[in-house]
Amino acid sequence: MTEVAPGYYLALAGLMFSIGVIGALVRRNAIVIFMFIELMLNAVNLMFVTFSRIRGSVDGQILVFFVLVVAAAEAVVGLAIILVIVRRRASANVDDVSLLRW
Amino acid sequence: MIALIVFGAVFVFALGCSIAMLFAKNAVHTALFLVGSQVALAVAFLLQGAHFVAAVQIIIYAGAIMVLFLFVVMLLGVDRSEVLVEPLPAQRQVALGLGTLLAAGITYIALTSVDLIGADRTQALAAINRDPGNVLAVARTLFSRYLLGFEATSVLLVTAIVGVMVLARRVDSVTSLSASTPSSEEREVA
Repeated sequence: MTEVAPGYYLALAGLMFSIGVIGALVRRNAIVIFMFIELMLNAVNLMFVTFSRIRGSVDGQILVFFVLVVAAAEAVVGLAIILVIVRRRASANVDDVSLLRW
Repeated sequence: MIALIVFGAVFVFALGCSIAMLFAKNAVHTALFLVGSQVALAVAFLLQGAHFVAAVQIIIYAGAIMVLFLFVVMLLGVDRSEVLVEPLPAQRQVALGLGTLLAAGITYIALTSVDLIGADRTQALAAINRDPGNVLAVARTLFSRYLLGFEATSVLLVTAIVGVMVLARRVDSVTSLSASTPSSEEREVA
């Protein structure tokens, strides 16, 4: 069943991670930037599962579980922060939130 | 052979959804493309024998977290279009160039040097999945070697819940809460 070489899975994960980086740098909506961060975390999960298969143990899959918990907490807190910002400034554009900018 | 065909479909679908995320103007469309790539990744997990993680990926990521994202998008207004004017000069070009460089680097490393890790142990995971089963093996490892980390995630989740409740409440409820706090203290003293 698992006859595809692990390198191709790692390449897919790397390409998805790079797309996530580009999206987080290019887009301007805070929620969309969060979605690209989730895409990066997903790509890292694929890498963990692939390394778990390469090494022949389930430890990598447990790290995926931890990444999942951190991603859930991060998404919840981040979306609440975005909600508060939108309530005060009526905009989800990250360029409008420049109070701490030098 | 079947695994190769399925992997090809997963590769095309996941990358296509990810690239479509970059060009989707509407935030809801971006979220839906993200769900598509996550489902494709769940199939990739299944192909590699990570059954528990694949199920959790569908239930938590594509289910719970993306519903939360869509909920917040709806709450903030769907029809609000994203500002596409780029204030920094050459930001997009530089981001695209450096991202392409990163992709090329990771792909090169993945395709060339992965054999150094010892890819002949890939049958060990299949043996684990056969004998105690994937879910049982994950549970045994999680509740023995990673028990402390597992308990720490519960602390993290409680902290996140409390933080979100503090962040998301309205300002007028803050004033009423602080006004009612001394009276409850007085009640306890009395």
